[in-house]
Order: sequence, then structure tokens, then C-alpha cells
Amino acid sequence: MITAQDISFAVGSNTILDRVSTTIAAGEILAICGPNGAGKSTLLRMMSGESKPDSGNVLIDGKNIQDWNPKDLAKIRSVLHQESYLTFPFRVQDVVRLGRYPYNSMDSDDKIIADCLQKVAMHDFADRKYTTLSGGEKQRVHMARVLAQLEEDDSREKILMLDEPTSALDLPHQESTLRIAAQYAKERTHCVVIVLHDLNLAAAWADRILFMKKGKACCEGSPKEVLTPDVIQSIYGLHTHILSHPDTERPLVVIDRGRT
Amino acid sequence: MRKLYTILLFASLAALIFLSLSNGALQVSFTDSLYIVLQSLGFEIDHPIKKSHYGVLVHIRMPRTILAVLVGAGLSVSGALMQGLFRNPLADPGLVGVSSGAALGAALVIVLGWSIPGMGYWTLPIAAFVGSVISTVCVIRLSKIGSKTVVANMLLAGIAINSIAGAGTGILIYLADEDELRDLTFWTLGSFGAASWSEVQLALFVILIPSIIALFLSRSLNVMLLGEAQAYMLGVKLEQLKRIIVVLVCLIVGSCVSMTGMIGFVGLVVPHLCRLLFGPDNKKVVPGSILLGGALLLGSDILSRLIIMPAELPIGIVTSIVGGPFFLALLSMNRKQGMW
Repeated sequence: MITAQDISFAVGSNTILDRVSTTIAAGEILAICGPNGAGKSTLLRMMSGESKPDSGNVLIDGKNIQDWNPKDLAKIRSVLHQESYLTFPFRVQDVVRLGRYPYNSMDSDDKIIADCLQKVAMHDFADRKYTTLSGGEKQRVHMARVLAQLEEDDSREKILMLDEPTSALDLPHQESTLRIAAQYAKERTHCVVIVLHDLNLAAAWADRILFMKKGKACCEGSPKEVLTPDVIQSIYGLHTHILSHPDTERPLVVIDRGRT
Repeated sequence: MRKLYTILLFASLAALIFLSLSNGALQVSFTDSLYIVLQSLGFEIDHPIKKSHYGVLVHIRMPRTILAVLVGAGLSVSGALMQGLFRNPLADPGLVGVSSGAALGAALVIVLGWSIPGMGYWTLPIAAFVGSVISTVCVIRLSKIGSKTVVANMLLAGIAINSIAGAGTGILIYLADEDELRDLTFWTLGSFGAASWSEVQLALFVILIPSIIALFLSRSLNVMLLGEAQAYMLGVKLEQLKRIIVVLVCLIVGSCVSMTGMIGFVGLVVPHLCRLLFGPDNKKVVPGSILLGGALLLGSDILSRLIIMPAELPIGIVTSIVGGPFFLALLSMNRKQGMW
């Protein structure tokens, strides 16, 4: 559904992305992992159409992303940013309502907003002022807004992009956020791209992991294929043990305390 | 509560319009004012009206009243647009250089005695408007990086252009003689004294219509509050929106300033007041600014005519005297809620 072809991007003489290519199919969850400054968020910006690569193309449904009408694109692709700036005291439900911008506002919006707030367990906060929330609560409100953006009575496959969606969240909400992402991928066959730092979350939820380092796509594959001590050593310079999750048999990354 | 505020706003605007028509050096009773308005609208009224009253109301006070409402609405709506564009509640229409450019244009005419052939009285407004357009165009050009308008650069370019235009005005002030200095100073304090029907007709096109267009931007302005990146993700055509906002602000504020001189405070404060009354939703702040801005400026104009009758206090002084304490009071009342 999304294809990135040889994406390169530089700021001045600093190469941020160096010929990165990847493809994500509908119904699939791709986790982008790698050290700080590897270019993960920049890649997401290119794939969401926010920035234009210096060279290379991003295709959505076979059409170059720059040729999409912004409003049509907004109906099938929504993005949760790492940080959201909103300094005006909107009510929580009105923040989520902003997600309905691409559509003509209708009475059904209220139900969509309530449903999306329910999904992130923020429905009790609907009338609270956004500015009075904690960092993690704000992040969940924006998650609800991003979900509300994709809500329409059609069975189209859509794209959900999340940039470190769990950074401000406690353990249960990390889990529930990724569960929502997985539901969107599996039940609605949406295409989900998540930038993640926590390799164990990536291992548990992603169909594929793309490892990036210094602007390059280093390796890509299923969690079992890429989460090996050698790969993690080459990406992070860190010695690890790879265990098997007792319930799912997915990989479990544990730092090798004996060698680091 | 919000419905009540809306009703109160409409009611006070209507009341102020009649206050404005009946008060001044010549007092006309409310009923006479009402009859005169009806008569001027073409109704047959069987009621004795003094010819002098009719003349004063129809030829002087009516255009003045309408112009004050339109200018107040225009300045306030521009303030709301700028605050949305800059995502900063301290933004003011003057940021993009509109007012300082207009002041330079006006100073050139007043001090150097320029006149555009055949334009007579209109020379000053035209020069002021041209000045505001030139400075705004400079700011827009300077704030572009590639094909993108960078809002932070717009702010910086605006500061630079304001300072350059200010320096030009300063030189002209230095060159001016006493009379010119007085004219210039009074111009910068604003006045509705010269309002006429021809100005009102023009204002309908250059202030009212752009202000109505601004109403259609309020949903996009809300989304802009999330930041440009997220607004883009939601489908806002950023470049188009920024261009429309700047063109509207330049047209509205340039026209207001050139017809009535500089009237400070309104553009900055009225959108704030609306946020205090109606919350931060621009779907309410933008129309609210039109109503409240019109009412506030009209109220100030009435005071400016009454305080030192039969002379008039410059309107800019009144807006600051009235608006400042009013704003402070609301601010301290709402301090706990953390409005901003």
C-alpha cells in the first residue's frame, strides 16, 4: 500500500536518509527501530507526505504522495506525532473533533468522537480542558484524534502512522495502544507503521521490523529474523540475549549484563 | 451561558448603534432617531422631525456609526486570524507590517504635501493603503524559503520591516513643521471624524466582505492550532491558507488604517475577550470578534464624542482607556482557569 523508493534526504551536508526503500502492505504492521538520530522520524515524515525527499519517491496506492490532494490523503492516512503542541484550552472532545476536519461535520461525529475516546480509555475526560491533562493523557487524546480521522463508512484500506506512540505512556496504556494498532491492521486491514524504541514491544506486535542506523535501512524482516544478538550488536553496539516469550514464542530481548 | 453572551452581544450592538445616533454635540431623542432611521430606509413616517436632526443623523452620524462598527469588526477579525496563523495569543495584525507601512505612506503625504492628481482628500488613504500593501508584500517575500512560507520568518521579517518603516516615519517627523506634526500625531491616534457614505460604501467591499470570508476559515484555524505539520496531516492546504490569511489581513487592516488612522489595542484584545467568553474554538472566536469588535469600537467612539464635548478625544486613546482595565478585570477573573 505504501512504497518508499530510494528515499534520500539531507539537511546541509548532513545526510539524514540515504537511499531507504521499503514496502508496507495493507493489514501489515511495520515497526521502524534504531538508535536516536537514525532517521526514523524523518522517514515517517517522508512517507506521510509532510516533507519531500531530495530524491526518491513515496507511492500510496501506486500514486506519488506529492500528487495527492491533501484532503483526500487525510481521509486515508493519519499520523500521530511524537509531540503535539496545543496551548489553547480546548475540551478533550473538541481536540478529538479536530480529527474530523477532512470530512463535512455531521451529527454522527459525536458518536465517532465518543467511540475513539473510549478506545483510548479517555471517555471520562471528554469535557475536561485539554491543558489540564498529564503528558500521557494528552498523548492518548491525540491518539483518539488520529483514530477519529480514519473513521468513515467505507471499507477502504487506510494508513495509520504512529511516531513513538508509547513514549509517555504507562505499561498498561503502552499495551492497549499497540493492541489498538494491531486491531486496525488485522480487523480493518489498515496498514500500520510505528516508530518504536522498545524492541520487546516491536517483537510482540510487529509483523516486520525495519532497523535503521545513520540514515540507512540496515535490515528488515520478521521479529524472529532480525532480532538476533548479532543484528542488535551491529545496530546498537549492545550485547543481548534473545529469549523466547513463554506465551507467544516471539523473541524477547534482554540485555547481557555479563558483557556490558 | 454562551447563548446568553451571544444574545447580549447582539443586544448591546443594537443599543450602541442607537446611542451613537442620538448622542453628540446635538442631542436627538431615541424615538426621533428611530423614526429618522426608518424614514431614511424609505418608510413613510407620520412624525415631525427637525430637518437639522435628519441631516446630522443621515449625513454624519449614520456613516460614522457604520464605519466604526465595520472597522472594529475588521481589526478584531484580523487579530483573530493572525493569532491563529502564528498560534500565539499575542499576535496582532501589525505583525506583518500593515500598520507601519500605512503610517509611512500617511507621513509622506502629510509632511511632503504630496497629492495624487484628481484624488484630493483621498490621497492620504490611498498612500496609506499602498504603504501597507508594500510592507506586507515585503514581509511575505522575505518569509519564503523555497516554496514554503515559514511563519517564524514572517514574524522576524515583520519586525525588520516595521523598524525600517518606523525609521522612515521618524525621519519625516524630524522634517515636519508644527502643524504637520500635529496632523501626523492625530492620525496615529485614529479618528472617525471624517466618515462619509462614500467611505462606508468602500468599507463594505474592503472590510466587510473580507471579514465574512474569514468566517469560512475558522475550522482550518482550529486545526492550525495543532501546528503546521499536524494541520497538513489533517488535509489543510497550508500555503493556500497562509496566503489567504495574509491577503485578508492586509486588505482589512490596510483599509481600516487608511480610512481612520491607527487604532491600537482592538485587534489584539477583542479575540482574547471572545476566547474568555466563548472558549478557544475559532468557530466562535471569529464571528464573536466581528460582533464584539464592532460593539467595542462603536462604544469607544461614542465616549470619544462625549468625554470632552464639543471637542473629540482621539479614538485610539479611548480604546486603550476603556479596553485596558476591562481586559485586566477579565484576566484576573479568569486567572485561575489558565485561559492561555
